[in-house]
Amino acid sequence: MRHPGRWVAIAVIGVLVAMFVHLLVTNKAFNWSFMVDEMFRPPVVEGLRGSIALLVTSMLIGIGLGVVLAIMRLSENPILRGVAWAYTWFFRAVPRLVLVILFGNLGILWARIEFGLPFDRQIGALFGVDDFQARLFGFSALEILSGFVAGMLALGLSEAAYMAEIVRAGIQSVDEGQTEAAQALGLTRAQVLRRIVLPQAMRVIVPPTGNETIAMLKDTSLVAFVPVSTELFFQLRAVGSRTFQVFPMLVAATLWYLLVTSVLLVGQYYLERHFSKGAGRSGRARTTLRGIAAENGGTTGKVAGT
Amino acid sequence: MTELTVSASPDGTAAVSGPMVRAEQVHKSFGSIEVLKGIDMKVRAGEVCCLLGPSGSGKSTFLRCINHLEKINAGRIWVDGDLIGYRERGGKLHEMREKDVAAQRRAIGMVFQRFNLFPHMTVLQNVVEAPVLLRRVKKAEARDRAAQLLERVGLGDKLGAYPGQLSGGQQQRVAIARALAMRPKLMLFDEPTSALDPELVGEVLDVMKDLARDGMTMIVVTHEIGFAREVGDHLVFMDGGVVVEQGDPREVIANPRHDRTRAFLAKVL
Ligand SMILES: Nc1ncnc2c1ncn2[C@@H]1O[C@H](COP(=O)(O)OP(=O)(O)OP(=O)(O)O)[C@@H](O)[C@H]1O
Ligand SMILES: [Mg+2]
Repeated sequence: MRHPGRWVAIAVIGVLVAMFVHLLVTNKAFNWSFMVDEMFRPPVVEGLRGSIALLVTSMLIGIGLGVVLAIMRLSENPILRGVAWAYTWFFRAVPRLVLVILFGNLGILWARIEFGLPFDRQIGALFGVDDFQARLFGFSALEILSGFVAGMLALGLSEAAYMAEIVRAGIQSVDEGQTEAAQALGLTRAQVLRRIVLPQAMRVIVPPTGNETIAMLKDTSLVAFVPVSTELFFQLRAVGSRTFQVFPMLVAATLWYLLVTSVLLVGQYYLERHFSKGAGRSGRARTTLRGIAAENGGTTGKVAGT
Repeated sequence: MTELTVSASPDGTAAVSGPMVRAEQVHKSFGSIEVLKGIDMKVRAGEVCCLLGPSGSGKSTFLRCINHLEKINAGRIWVDGDLIGYRERGGKLHEMREKDVAAQRRAIGMVFQRFNLFPHMTVLQNVVEAPVLLRRVKKAEARDRAAQLLERVGLGDKLGAYPGQLSGGQQQRVAIARALAMRPKLMLFDEPTSALDPELVGEVLDVMKDLARDGMTMIVVTHEIGFAREVGDHLVFMDGGVVVEQGDPREVIANPRHDRTRAFLAKVL
């Protein structure tokens, strides 16, 4: 026995796992068959679909707007820099839960949202026209801003503030010589950013973005406060309180979130491998699936085992 | 034999077409520190001009002014008759738009001390990128020419390698090929061999000599006195932001007229 400590650890862990499995199997509160029945019911699957749609759309808004904000933050124009700073300041300061409720109630400010000439009524009054209106189109704010869109905007706009910082760090991690060499070849600043700087920045941007995506998956449950009901956790809790089987539904939620996170981790692995081209002598990705799974707390037993 | 196209005319016609580079009273300051204090210089087409001087004398800064990587505070620079970075209208200078500055840079190749290859692209992609993006050359055509250029600098077998897998000397030769792919009329070299192990310096200098023989106009900042003597047509010695002495390289190196030149040469020779 070369590693006696290791064997002791294995024995201790073995006993703990056995106790845990015993608990899972024997404790009636888990009610496994009920849980499995309920977790694939149409309203729950619908809720899962809603959560994933929220995740995808809010992350798209977050990443897109985040890149724009990061570029503004790094520009030479002090006004753009200031606007980007103020945006980041606001959306990082306000808790997501508060933002979600706030966006759900924006309908109080405007009954309708309309696009057209700003201050048209005041301008009309200036020229002696009563109730002058120059509006191109509009829609009811109560319809649009309650529900899915409000939740998506609250999460996406908040995410953009965090993504802006991540993208900025990524851009700044690229050696300035890269920009110079590209400019010397005759690339414009936009071309330098798109072809040379951002692809290299991705190596720094992708891992924290993976974290953000997983955090966002969990934060989609906040939209219940908008309120939005086509959302995974809301649906599972509804089943739980209707049937007085709260605990099995909490376990079902845990399992769903674990599953989706695992899928996201696999995606992250391939993205990282793609963007680490040319890094290091071997020119190959150095990160491994195992490494990522361990970094995230090793919760993905299935993935880590491959 | 692969052929290397160089748009500069050979020595004979150079006098007719005017200088490739002309600098007049170029001033440049960083904050309150004046780094260039009125540089005048002429480089004829097809000529190799070596720029020597102690550290901090402003050699790199001047080189970077020629392709407008640095904005000058006063004076003028022309490359092949075009005023760099500014447009003259009614006796006044107007700053060029970014797009036009970028267009001017396409005719001027630059090679850096630290190579600055794009690490996320293969050797071939490094060379192909700019011509395809900027000169609207067809991909296949650009690839053929890139392969020729890389063959020419002795890297025909490294097309698929990433820069991180190459030695310093190999990387610098790729950087030269990358600049040549834009078919420049002028090449700027900023201490191209200073970051290399001594045994790798020769392979890069050989490529540069080859280029000079082909009639490329070159401005080379270097501490390689041997190169200046052998290949240089003109030598400019700078110190403290001014041109101290210039002339035929062999002449200046053998009989420096200025004390500062003498002191500098004594140190590097
Ligand atoms: N971006 C900058 N900001 C402030 N000062 C600068 C900047 N670039 C260069 N300088 C200063 O300008 C002076 C000239 O620098 P430059 O790099 O042109 O010298 P050099 O002759 O190339 O020297 P070396 O042989 O060390 O490369 C130095 O004192 C340097 O500190
Ligand atoms: Mg220098």
